[in-house]
Formats: sequence, C-alpha cells, structure tokens
Amino acid sequence: MSNFPFLSILTLLPLVGALVVAFIPSRKSQLAKIVALGWSLAVLVLSIVMWIAFEIGGDRFQFRESYPWIPSWDVRFTFAADGIALVMLVLIALLVPLVILASWHDAEQTKRSVPTYFALLLALECTMIGVFAAADVFLFYVFFEVMLVPMYFIIGSYGGARRQYAAVKFFLYSLVGGLFMLAAVIGLWVVGGRTFDWQTLVNADLDTTTARWLFLGFFIAFAIKAPFFPFHTWLPDAGGAAPAGAAALLVGVMDKVGTFGILRYCLPMFPEASRWFAPTALALAVIGIIYAALLAVGQNDLKRLVSYTSIAHFGFIGIGIFAFTTQAGTGSVLYMVNHGLATGLLFLVVGMFVARRGSALVSDFGGAGKLVPVLAGVLFFAGLASLALPGTAPFVSEFLVLIGTFTVHKTYAVVATLGIILAAAYVLWMVQRTTQGTLNPALTEVPAMQRDISLREKVVVAPLIALLILFGFYPKPITDVINPAVQATMQDVGTTDPAPTAVANGRTAP
Amino acid sequence: MGELKLPEIDYGALLPMLILFGAACVGILIEAALPKERRHAIQLSLALLSTVAALVAVILARDIRTITIGGAVAVDGPTLFLQGALLLLGLVSLLLIGERSLEAGGAFVSQAAITVGSQKDLRQAGSQPGGPEVYPLTLFALGGMLLFVAANDLLTMFVALEVLSLPLYLMCALARRRRLLSQEAALKYFLLGSYASAFFLFGVALIYGFAGGVQLSQVHDAVVTPERSQVLLYAGLALVAIGLLFKAALAPFHVWTPDVYQGAPTPITALMAACTKVAAFGALLRILYVSFEGVRWDFQPVLGGIAVLTMLVGAVLAVTQTDMKRLLAYSSIANAGYLLVGVLALNRDGLASTMFYLVAYGFSVLAAFGIVTLVRDADGEATHLSRWAGLGRKSPLFAGLFTFILLAFAGIPLTSGFTSKFAVFGAAIEGGQTWLVIFGVITSMLLAFPYLRVVVMMWLSEPGESTPSVSIPGALTSAALTIGVVATLALGVVPAPLIDLTNDAAQFVR
Repeated sequence: MSNFPFLSILTLLPLVGALVVAFIPSRKSQLAKIVALGWSLAVLVLSIVMWIAFEIGGDRFQFRESYPWIPSWDVRFTFAADGIALVMLVLIALLVPLVILASWHDAEQTKRSVPTYFALLLALECTMIGVFAAADVFLFYVFFEVMLVPMYFIIGSYGGARRQYAAVKFFLYSLVGGLFMLAAVIGLWVVGGRTFDWQTLVNADLDTTTARWLFLGFFIAFAIKAPFFPFHTWLPDAGGAAPAGAAALLVGVMDKVGTFGILRYCLPMFPEASRWFAPTALALAVIGIIYAALLAVGQNDLKRLVSYTSIAHFGFIGIGIFAFTTQAGTGSVLYMVNHGLATGLLFLVVGMFVARRGSALVSDFGGAGKLVPVLAGVLFFAGLASLALPGTAPFVSEFLVLIGTFTVHKTYAVVATLGIILAAAYVLWMVQRTTQGTLNPALTEVPAMQRDISLREKVVVAPLIALLILFGFYPKPITDVINPAVQATMQDVGTTDPAPTAVANGRTAP
Repeated sequence: MGELKLPEIDYGALLPMLILFGAACVGILIEAALPKERRHAIQLSLALLSTVAALVAVILARDIRTITIGGAVAVDGPTLFLQGALLLLGLVSLLLIGERSLEAGGAFVSQAAITVGSQKDLRQAGSQPGGPEVYPLTLFALGGMLLFVAANDLLTMFVALEVLSLPLYLMCALARRRRLLSQEAALKYFLLGSYASAFFLFGVALIYGFAGGVQLSQVHDAVVTPERSQVLLYAGLALVAIGLLFKAALAPFHVWTPDVYQGAPTPITALMAACTKVAAFGALLRILYVSFEGVRWDFQPVLGGIAVLTMLVGAVLAVTQTDMKRLLAYSSIANAGYLLVGVLALNRDGLASTMFYLVAYGFSVLAAFGIVTLVRDADGEATHLSRWAGLGRKSPLFAGLFTFILLAFAGIPLTSGFTSKFAVFGAAIEGGQTWLVIFGVITSMLLAFPYLRVVVMMWLSEPGESTPSVSIPGALTSAALTIGVVATLALGVVPAPLIDLTNDAAQFVR
C-alpha cells in the first residue's frame, strides 16, 4: 500500500478538479459547486487513507516518490511526508470541503464568475498540498510562490471593501519574502553541491557565516508568511478583506507554511544558525504574542480581530519551535493543527455572521444571540477554543508549548503566559459585544439576521467542533504521528531535552 | 610583394546570413519590379520563407565549429545558438509585422520622412496601404544581427552593427499612428545610435593600436601579454563597451529606450526588444569572454556597477510609468541588467544562462507587445495604463494571457521568467558575484509592483467608459501570441531541453 503514489496524486487531484470546475459555464454554477465539493471530498478520503497507511514508528519520511524534472540542475519532483507534513495535509484536505460548503453563496454576491471562485479554491488546495508534500527544495519553492496566485485572485476578485489594496499588499509582502528565499535557495544550491535534495542538503557541511546568511534568507520568507512580528502587517488587511472561507484557509493553513518551513528547512539545514538566531526569534515571538493580542482587543472589525488573534497564536508556535525541546516542538506542531481547526471555525462562523449582517463591524451587532441563539453559541465555542480553554484541543498544545519552553526559558514562558489572559479578554469581549447584552435595534430590520444556523452551516461547523473536543481530551492520534518527526528535527538541531518529557511516555493530556 | 591569398570560405557556416541578405536583395528587386498591390503578400512570404530557410541552415550547421573567411566570422556553439534564437524570434516578429487585419493597410506607412501633418502625410497615414519595404529592411536587420553575434573581428562587428542598426532607425519612423512621436523616436535613435557607433569605432581604433590587430584572438593574446600600453587597452575597452551597452540599453546609456519603444510601431518595438537584445548581448558576451577575459578583474566591478544601476533605474522608473509601452521599455531595461548579471558570471554557466535568458525573455516580450497591438480604439493602440482598467471583464482571454506574461516578468515559478532568473543568478553566485544577485533580488521586488498594478487594473478595476475594446487578432498575430505564450510556459515547466542545449553550446572558439 505504501508504494501507492499518494502524494503526487494528492497534489494533482485538486488541480485536475480546478481545471474541470473552471470549464463549467457560469450559468451552471450549482453544478460547479457540487463538482468542487465532491472533488474536495475525494481528496479528503484519499488523505484519510494515506493517514491510515502511514506507519507510526516507521521511517521518518514515508510515501517517498521521485521523478526527474530538470536534470542539469538536479531538480526533481520529490515528494515525501513526515508526521508533521502528514497532519498538515489531512488538515488541508479536511478544511477545503468545509470551506467550499461554507462559501456556497459567497461568490454570487460579487457578480463574478461562480465556477472560477471554486476552481481557484481547488487550485489553492493543490498548491497548499504541494508545498507540504515537497521534499525537494526547488519544488517547495515553486509551490511556495505559485500558492500566491490563486489566493491573490480570490482576495482581489471576491473579497470585501478594501480587496484591491489587501490583495496587492498580500502579494507584494509574500513575494518579497519569496525573493529573499530565492536568493537563499540559489546560494544553498551553489554551496551545497548543486543539488536540491533535502537529505543531501541537511548533511552538507556549510561554512558558518554562509549558513547564517542562508538561514536569514529562508527565515525572512517564513516569518513574513507565518507572520511573525514585525512582518505581520499584511495579515489583518488580507484576512479582513478576503471572503471568510478563503480567510479560514489563509490563516488556517497557508500561514502554517511559514512555521512548517522553519521546522522542515531552517532548523535541520542550518542548525548552528538556528541556535544562533533563537534568542532573537524567541523575543520576536513573545513580542508578537503580547502586541497582537493588545491590538486584537482594540479591533472593531471581526475579521481583522480574528487575524490579530492568529498573529498572537503564531507567536506561541514560534516560541515552541525555537525553545528546542521535544515537548515544546510537539506542542507547536499540535498547535498548528489545533489552530487550523479553531481559527478556521472562528473565521467560518464570523463569516456566517458577516454574511447575515452585511457588515463585519462589531458595533453593527449587539445582542445577536437573541436572534440567532445557536449561531451565537457556536461563535462562543469557537472563541473559547481559540483562547485555549481546557477541554478544547488548543489548550493541550498551548500548555505543551508553555511547559516545554518553561524548562529552558523561564522568562519568555512567563511573559507568554500573559498572552493567555489577553486572549480571554479579546475573545470574551468580542463575544459579549456581538451576541450578548441588549439587542441592537438595527439588527431586527435585517431579514437575514432572523435566520438561525442552517443545515448547511451545521454540517460545516459540526466536524470542527467534534474534532476540537476530541483532540482536547485525546490528542494521542496526532501526537503519535508528529512526535517522531519532531524528535528527529530536534536531533538535527543538535539539542537535547533538559529532562525526560511526558510526551515521550505517551501521556500528553495533563 | 607576396601573392594575394584568398581566404578560405566555409559557405555552409555562412549560409544562414547569405540566405537572409540574398532574400533581402531579392526583396528590393521585387519592390522595383512588381505591381504595388501584389507586393505585400509576396514580400511577406519571401521574408518568412527565407527566415525559415536560414533557421534550417543553422540547424544543419549545428556541429560546425570554425573560424572562416579570413578570421572575420566565428561559427561556434554560441554563434549558432544565438543565430537560431534570432531567427526564431525574428520569425515571430515578422508575424506581428505582417499583420494587416488590425488596421487598414497595416501598422506601417510607406514613407518615413514626409513632414508630419502635411496633406501627403495625412493621406498616407489615413488609408494608403503601408509599403512592403519593411520586409527587406527587417531581413537586413536580422542578417546584421546574425553577423553581429558571429563577428570574430572588431571591424566585422562594426559593419554588422551598422547593418542591423540602419534599417531599425528607418523602421522606427514608419508608425501609422502618432506620426510625430514616431519620427521623433527615429531621429533620437539615429542620433544617439550614431554617437554610440562612433564610440565603438574609436574604441576599435584604440584597441588596434594596443593589440596590433582587430581579430578577437589577437586582442586576447595582447591582453595577456603584460608589457603593452594599458591606457590604450582600457580606453579602447571602455569605448567599445559603451557602443555595445548602448545597443543593449544598459544604464546610463538607456535613455533612448523608452522614447524609441514608445514611438516606434509596436511590431518593430517587439523586434527591437527581442532580437536587438539578443544581438547586443551576443556580441558583448563574445568580446568579454573571448578577448578581454584576461582583464576580468578590472572590468567586472565597473560593469557590475552598471548592472546594478541598470536594474535600479529600470525597476524604479517602471514604477512611475503610465504608458504601457514605456512600462515595458523600462522593464526591458531592468531585464538587460539581469542579463548583464549573467554575463558577469564570466564562466560557462554565465554564458549558458545568459543565452537561456535571452531566448526566454525574447518570447515573453514578443507576446507582451503582441497583446499591446490588440488593445485599441478608434485612434489606434490605447497604451495609456488607465485605459486598460477592467480589460479582464471585456476580454478575459487576452487579459489572462497578458497577466501570465506579467507574472513571467515578475519571476513567478512555472514561467520562463523564473527559470531564467534562477539560471543567471545561480551562475552569478557560482562566479562569485553574490552582491549582484542581492541587487537583482531587491530590484525584482520593486519591479513586481508595476506588473501587479497592471494586473490589478485589468482584473480588479471596473471597466470604464474609456476601456478600449480588444481587437480580434488575425491569424498572424494569433500565431505570434500563441508561440510567445506557449514558449513562456514551456520554458517554465520543462526547461530541461533548452538548458541542455545552452550548456552544450556554451563554448566559444578563439
């Protein structure tokens, strides 16, 4: 079974779907939606089969495939997945059908082609899968850059009020990062012996100064993508202007490419440079946690607010990565998954509110819970999951990150803990202002606000809620998969854990 | 008095040039002999057929490596590759030049030097079909270019420079619309071009004084001999270089480019942007690699400074442009800078990657100008940027193609723009020119902005009253566009065959 070319098929399948959907004429938009949904479900099924086929405790990289592409540069279509990539791939495959279902009527409001919107979503899925599945640095870079194009058109064509500005800002920021990485990729290729093979490059013996420069090239690209403070300013604009479904993918998956890239490329390939840069990265991450949380408290726009909360969460992922302990590393990867689920849910629910009200401003709501009690309840749950309430999945990861960091960097861990308090503030205050309190009379005049959650929307939120609760109590299925990969990464960096960890014994829930 | 010895002539090696010059002469006879109404079809067929025949001759001569006709012409890997590239790009340009369905009588008038605004000029611009002289002129220019990249002594190179330049000066003045701008462009190009030629010739004289000969190998031998006059060498090299830098449109010798590109008939602009660039860089490569390799440490920093200046000027000024043709002109200046980065690698990779870049860029730029010829209103081409707003709605196909070309210019992967940039930057790092690559990356970021602005204009803006319609292209323009776009895609997705070809060809004979 493991000889089956899972990864290349998983990458190509959505692309074929995108082409099929793109050629469905605009007047048959219902057909386009159904095809897109069916296609993304097929991808989901394939990814679940792949998860089952993944041998826990087997090789670090599985499902390896390699085909020649540009022989004279030693570029190959090499795909391989470790545990970290595997969970991200399944997360993508899970989120895309939900996003398609949640965006069922979004594209119609923009007077633009409906099939194109769903084709772009599938094209985006192809590039996102490719970027996590690639095990050739060149191939990774190709997906990393091409990923921008569908997202650019989704934001620019189907987004909200400031979509043009947001789309251009998003594209330019990412392109700037990408070009720094391009310089580093070329440099790595030259000094690493003219190869792009990940394993060869990890084993290459690089000069310290060169490695540090190359590390910075990669790190800037990933820090912009993630985004880490101070490279974050594009995200609130992009997240605020993107249609809610696309924003869920943007924050839930695409931005994880940044943190994934640091784990997969920066740390193993430039271990010395990573240790050299770790204090700075930790400081940036902690500043990001506090700063973005403070800004989130002050937001009046729901989508921008959720974007800022994400920046704060990426700070947690950042300290977990750069603490260099298995516990914190596992926590970070788990955080990447849980954040995808929680923030994805939050964005989708916010999108449902915004679609009803026709406005994303908190001040345009007020007491909405009286009109749409179930939807308000889902928003409350998504908020609680997002602030890492015990019993929801993000709690496990946030806790792991913090204790894993505490064992080596007490100050950073203590300061980061303040972020939890701020998280409670921005989430609860947002929920209170939108759904609790006296009913805003303007809401009663909006006919759409009288409709509570529909069946379609229930289907969207139910799996996410179920998974958030399941992984809150029983994260073992995920930790079993990611733990060996994280341990191998920490070995590559050359750090040892200060004490035996609970994770290593399989007891993760505290 | 010894006997006069006739030089050996390898006609097989010279055949491509002989075919073009012969066909050009036949074309002039046709002008004199045949009735006016039948000339256009015959001239166009003759031009296309002779170009194809010359291309076949190049392919047949692919294994020839020789210096012939008394040391005046070197036929080697780079010569044959660049000649093949010139003929292919010339063929596509001829398709654009031959298009007559977009405008009554084609894009050209028959007489260049009539006073603008006079009755006669208005008459010829109004309805008279353009003169078919443009085809023999194009063939002469192309023939000159073939000789330019093959010239093995400086005098032959000068003759070739004049043969390729003079027809171009004339053709610049033949635009049917905006006659004054066209004549101004021609005059500017002619005056500045004459200066550049004079510089070149003066430089040749100094180098003759230095080396005692004009053959490139003689110059090489003199350069590596220590006790010669360094003043003559450096002054000569500088003057010769100025002549070539002018043709290649490198800052600070670029100032003619935007005016000439804007004023010239768009098919001729396309010819200049694609073919003249190939010819100029071909000659520059040969001179630097064959003759002056021995003083590389002296000219590398100077030309490196010129490359940085060119990239900066091209990128920064492109940001401020409001006219599509001027925007593409500045973009071509910046691209000349990237090409020079490849040249300055001064290794085999540098030669191969520069040749790759020339071909890749040539096809993209031909497609770009091809689309510019299509976007028109009652006054001819609508080149002001604001007029392109909302084009994506009116004509999704052509806006889509243009977007693809712009993404290629911006260096997004899966386009030839990315692979070619990767090739030259890789060669430059290999050649120890990392600082040039860093500037290349920074200017690529700047340059992405104007491209993106055009994409935003076309797709994300609403079409206004003044958005021109896009003409349905005739068969010739369609063919040219298809070739340009397909080549841009193919060289991005499967670049391996061309890379191998350039690697095999990258060896000069001395």
